[in-house]
Formats: sequence, structure tokens, C-alpha cells
Amino acid sequence: MASYTNYVMAQSLEEAYALNQKKSAVIVAGNMWLRMCGLRRQTAIDLSKLGLDAIEETQDAFIVGSMTSLRALETHEALNRETGGAFREALAPIVGTQFRRTATVGGSVYARFGFSDVSALLLALDAQVELYKRGVVPLEEYQRETWDRDILTHVRIPKGRRAGIASVRLSKTDFPVLVCAASTDGETLRLVMGARPARAMVVADGLRLTADLQDWEALAGSVPLGTNLRASEAYRRKIAPVLMQRAVQACLGGNEDDH
Amino acid sequence: MTIEFTLNGRPVTAQAHPADSLYDVLRALNIASVKCGCETTNCGLCTVHLNGKAVLSCSVPAPRVAGHEVVTLEGLQQEALALGACLADEGAEQCGFCAPGLMMNVLALARENPAATDAQIDAYLAGNLCRCTGYMSQRRAIRRYLDSLEVRA
Ligand SMILES: Cc1cc2nc3c(=O)[nH]c(=O)nc-3n(C[C@H](O)[C@H](O)[C@H](O)COP(=O)(O)OP(=O)(O)OC[C@H]3O[C@@H](n4cnc5c(N)ncnc54)[C@H](O)[C@@H]3O)c2cc1C
Ligand code: FES
Ligand code: FES
Repeated sequence: MASYTNYVMAQSLEEAYALNQKKSAVIVAGNMWLRMCGLRRQTAIDLSKLGLDAIEETQDAFIVGSMTSLRALETHEALNRETGGAFREALAPIVGTQFRRTATVGGSVYARFGFSDVSALLLALDAQVELYKRGVVPLEEYQRETWDRDILTHVRIPKGRRAGIASVRLSKTDFPVLVCAASTDGETLRLVMGARPARAMVVADGLRLTADLQDWEALAGSVPLGTNLRASEAYRRKIAPVLMQRAVQACLGGNEDDH
Repeated sequence: MTIEFTLNGRPVTAQAHPADSLYDVLRALNIASVKCGCETTNCGLCTVHLNGKAVLSCSVPAPRVAGHEVVTLEGLQQEALALGACLADEGAEQCGFCAPGLMMNVLALARENPAATDAQIDAYLAGNLCRCTGYMSQRRAIRRYLDSLEVRA
């Protein structure tokens, strides 16, 4: 069981940031993961009063507050129209509707879970993260870093790309065994593999739609994969080319049912 | 700490530790319908309505509930009776431990999408685990309940 001495409803980002500089503090977002960690901390910092739960559409991007729920992304019409329904497809397998109503995009991105469908899709879309002190950083860079004490305020999703995602799960609503996300600007493809079981990574970018898409085995063969309690490396190797092909098909518009 | 919120239409004042969840607070207030079936935020048994939306009370930080509206099965007696009768008629209650959480999510679905198809019902309720029924009897019961709303409307 977690234990906090104080629970602070932060009134400003500056206050949240200042409090979070102490190792004895922890940020509380959706609390879905955090509640299982059983942390003992002096100060829990709640971000829910900072207006970070809006999705703003600009000319060239969607600016998503870090406290936005997975359910809000899943059901956001303009975002799904822009990406070919990728958020609906990617997020619906995560636990359940009640869960996704309070799990946040900021908690998902900050935590950099190996099993994350969320990070895989956002990486495929070449998203950026906005940090309170550090400013805007490409997700691809942030995804490789270790956990710091800055506050993730927004995720920026650039417009102009459709995406598709495919995953294998041992049973519905479980963590994925392997995820592949693909996106296209109409001319080239960007491919991401997640739940390898290590963190999601970009495995190819700028692939030409016709010429470079012949040999899925070779493309998937270059991806570092490993073993965990859900699947062996050999099993992941076997399914990787198939998932790649399915994700690409989905992002090109042929959203085939995989079951 | 002291937390004031609305519970089933009435203002309440509760005492909580800073790391307590809404679930802890509700149990301390003797709300017996709300169950905890897991330590991993994924069974759905603790489902309640927060400002009209179904959430997992085990993961909602108690301090965050201050000033908000919480409804449990105790606050929805009429709907619970009608839905409960459908569940009983279809043999969808075995041990029954999962029922209050399931019912709270079905009642949320009935508000959000009363014309839900079977596939939409399955997707909406995927986060409500049941270890006894195998889900088919539950789905029949939910179908029956949603259809009965349509008839009344
Ligand atoms: C049972 C279970 C199953 C899951 N299955 C899947 C799955 O299949 N696919 C998938 O993609 N995900 C899955 N997840 C992960 C889930 O989607 C969320 O990513 C996760 O719960 C974290 O989000 P949260 O809002 O709950 O964050 P919290 O649990 O509140 O926080 C997580 C961490 O991030 C830090 N943090 C949160 N927000 C910020 C911020 N704005 N700035 C800085 N630090 C911050 C917190 O301090 C904490 O360390 C699962 C989680 C659980 C518990
Ligand atoms: S007790 Fe299992 S999800 Fe809340
Ligand atoms: S009836 Fe026993 S868990 Fe559902």
C-alpha cells in the first residue's frame, strides 16, 4: 500500500515542478499504475487542477494535455479522422472503458513502459513531448532517456499522417506480446515496434511505399527482440513480420480484421 | 484529511489518509456494494460513477473526489432492480461477486449508448471480469435489459 504524508493539489505548474525536485515527492496522474507501486513518499503532487486535460487542434498539430485520458483520445473525432482511426484501434484493447477513462496520456508517455501501445502509436506519428522546464523534445529522443524530475505538460501530435497498429495478446485486455505501429504521409512509411519486450523504438523511417515493402522478414529481422514471461524471442521473431504487414495494411487503409 | 463530496445525492464528509482511494473511503462509509477484486487495476469490481461516468474507484485518489458527485449501486435502486431481474432470469449470477461492478458499468453504457450492438456491449464491458459465468448469460441479460429500455422509451 502506498503511503504519503501530504497530498498536494498543485495550483500551478511552477508549484508542481518545485515540489517535484525532491526525491521524496511523486507526481500522481491517473494513478492506475502508481497505486500498484506501493511507494512511501513525503509528498504526492496532483496535476488534476491545472487544466491539462484538453485536446487543442491547431493548423498543423493536436496539442494534448498530459492529463488527457486515454478514453478521450480514443473517442476524439478529429484526431481519429486525421489518423485513420488509429487512436480508436490502438487504445481499445487496453484493459477496459472505466480504466481508460482515468488513465492518462502523460502517465503513459512518462513511464516509458516496454508494453505500451500508447508510446508505440505516438512514436509512429512522430509526436513531441512538451516538458515544463526543458521545452519541446521529440518523443523519439525522450523515449530513450531515463526518468527525470521535469513535468510532462503536453504531447504534440503533428497532422498529416495516417497510422495503423497491430498487436498480439495472449488474451483480450492483457498486455501486448508484441506491437507494431506504422504511419504514412502518403509517400513514405515509418515503422515502430513495441513490447519487444523492451521499450518501443522506430525500426524504419522514410521507407518508400512500393520499392521498400517487399521483404517483411528482412525488415523485421533487424529489430532487437527478447524474451519475457509472455513470450520467447523466437516466438516474437515469428510473429514480427506478420504484425508489420498488418500494421502497414491498416495504415494504408485496408483495415483487415485480424481474428 | 477531511473530504466533502456528494454520495448518492447526499452531501457527506469523510476522513481519509493522503494515499487512500475512493474505494477505501466508500467502504469506510459502509457502502457494501463496492468490491475490490484485484490489486492490479483491471477487474472492474470497484466501478462507481464519478460525475456520471464509470470509473475504477480503487484507483481514484480520495482527495481528488472533493466537491464531486459519486453514485454507487445503492443510489440507483430502481435501475438496479430491473437489471438485476434480467441477470437472474438469464442465470447470469453465480457467485455474484462481480455483479455490482458489472451493473454500474452496464448502467453507464445504457446512458451513453442505449442502442449498443452485441459487439459494442462486449467492447464496453471488456474491463469487467467474471470468473464464473463465461459471459454469455451476462450478454443475454444485458441485451434483454437494453431492449426493455427501448420498449419503454
Ligand atoms: C493493469 C494494467 C494494464 C495495462 N495495460 C496496458 C496495455 O495493454 N497497453 C498500454 O499501452 N498500457 C497499459 N497500461 C498502462 C496504462 O495505460 C497507463 O499508461 C498507466 O496506468 C500510467 O498512466 P497513469 O495516468 O495511470 O499514470 P500514473 O500511474 O499516475 O503515473 C505513472 C508514472 O508517471 C509519472 N507521471 C505521470 N504523469 C506525469 C507527468 N505529467 N509528468 C511527469 N511524470 C508523470 C508518475 O509519477 C508515475 O511515476 C496498463 C496499466 C495497468 C495498471
Ligand atoms: S479492484 Fe480491481 S479494478 Fe478496482
Ligand atoms: S458470478 Fe462469480 S465472478 Fe461473476
